[in-house]
Amino acid sequence: MLNKVNREIPDDILKDKNYKPFTTTEIGDPETTYVAHQVKVSQGDNKLVDSIPEVIGKTGLKNGMTISFHHHFREGDFVFNMVMQEIINEGFQDLTLAPSSLTNVMNDMVIKAIKAGTISHITSSGMRGELGDFISHGGLKDPVVLRSHGNRARAIENGDIKIDVAFLGVPNADAVGNANAIHGDAVFGSMGYSLMDAKYADKVVLLTDTIMPYPNTPASIKQTQVDYVVKVDKVGDPDKIGSGATRFTKDPKELKIAEMVNQVITHSQYFKDGFSFQTGSGGAALAVSRYLRKSMLEKNIKASFALGGITKPTVDLLEEGLVSKILDVQDFDKGAAASMANNENQQEIDSSWYADPYNKGAAVNQLDVCILSALEIDTKFNVNVMTGSDGVLRGAIGGHQDAANAKLTIISAPLVRGRIATVVPDVTTVVTPGDSIDVLVTEVGIAINPKRKDLIEALKNVPGVPVYTIEELQKRAEAVVGTPEPLEFTDRPVALIEYRDGSLIDTVYQVKD
Amino acid sequence: MEIKHTALAGTLESSDIQFTLSKGTGVEINLDSQVEKQFGNQIRKVITDLLKDYDITDVNVRAVDKGALDCTIKARLIAAIQRATDTQNQPNWEVLG
Repeated sequence: MLNKVNREIPDDILKDKNYKPFTTTEIGDPETTYVAHQVKVSQGDNKLVDSIPEVIGKTGLKNGMTISFHHHFREGDFVFNMVMQEIINEGFQDLTLAPSSLTNVMNDMVIKAIKAGTISHITSSGMRGELGDFISHGGLKDPVVLRSHGNRARAIENGDIKIDVAFLGVPNADAVGNANAIHGDAVFGSMGYSLMDAKYADKVVLLTDTIMPYPNTPASIKQTQVDYVVKVDKVGDPDKIGSGATRFTKDPKELKIAEMVNQVITHSQYFKDGFSFQTGSGGAALAVSRYLRKSMLEKNIKASFALGGITKPTVDLLEEGLVSKILDVQDFDKGAAASMANNENQQEIDSSWYADPYNKGAAVNQLDVCILSALEIDTKFNVNVMTGSDGVLRGAIGGHQDAANAKLTIISAPLVRGRIATVVPDVTTVVTPGDSIDVLVTEVGIAINPKRKDLIEALKNVPGVPVYTIEELQKRAEAVVGTPEPLEFTDRPVALIEYRDGSLIDTVYQVKD
Repeated sequence: MEIKHTALAGTLESSDIQFTLSKGTGVEINLDSQVEKQFGNQIRKVITDLLKDYDITDVNVRAVDKGALDCTIKARLIAAIQRATDTQNQPNWEVLG
């Protein structure tokens, strides 16, 4: 059947997997029940285990179970490959892999585990590179389920994801499982995503290269949650966890977009003392914080909080007093990760607190302004951040659907990238519905969602910010690059895109070669 | 017009296309494009049309495309043709016009 964003959702998937089609971005106030997890009671002694094979034995891992990992070590992760290799070696079959996301450094091992029959199901925020290619060419029988960070929290709480064993790498821990990510060699700052696994998995295994004296505080993961602690040589490569110093872009196109984004923000009704914002980690989004800083100083406006994935430029605003608090679910660079140890106003939050639609109120619901990126955006303002111009999986939902809940959601994107139009008649894959998007900013001008009459009025005469309809921007892009031939897919689904409430918003099919 | 020797134009930078023209029998186009799925046929058409305009019937065309627009493709191919036919100093104004 066609869902509300006009995507054909196969009936057998709706039936077999008990899905509802996407209908609305409004969450409302339904009642839900969280699942409980098993607790193997321990007095806290003998949690320290010598090796990964030994701990796998102790957890009681069995064929068909669900295992999880986090992706906070990003491209510097050693833990996933160490653990997964051992699980393959021991011949486990038919496991579900349920990490918070998959980074490139994990790709080869995931493919190996699929080929060995060790992994038969995957749920993730996204995937890229070799793995995205492998899955898009039909490498896994069962379609991958892709969820936003907020939706993963929801799915864990209500049992859609039931984690049997969580293997969580941490930069430090004591022998009974108190751990944080702000001290040690491989610090990554906020442990946001992994906190859900620590709270809801039946068995929680910490892997660390640094054993601290008891009690190890501040404790983000607590001894009450942890079954075993394994000492390994190294959990990650500090140089690859986050980029060093975040550099501002010099690309004139990105700077122009950033300047226009700032104009949109500062001319909206939300730019007033106490406002809040989330910027991403892309070039233009980072540059926005520089323009925004200047505008805040000029107008003597301070922000109450900054949310999301955090970068050093945001921390600088905190230290300068222009932002009162940071609500931090993950850190994109070393500066942001390191400052977590020193700034008490940089609050670590878990992904439920960050973005979960089914709790008693997440931080994204308090958010005024949000700047997001897009691989594609269509004339209905629907956004694709998942499939590339060749139809292959090469992205992650991340917090996109969740943060788009902000009062002013801005997509910053170039009109075209090389010969590929960003503004298109229909996106290849709908990830975030157009109902959540308010303004598109490109280097040639902006387009405002027609339902935001207030913004159309507020932004109609801003110097240097030409306003177009999104159809005009789409036609302009097409005039530059030409009309592409439609991508060809088989009728075999390779990935299911959930909306943040767990309904099905789109299906990704195997590419035809 | 006859291809006199192998000639190259363009770079492998993004949004550019690199052409290598060499002697051949009939027109043979070997295209490697980042946007093959969406624009492969369109790029081949631009190349074929332009070769026809220059009355080139025997050539091996090797094109490595990094997402170039049609105008770039034409400019690079014209440069490669002029170099391969030793006509850099006698541009074909009819085609260029």
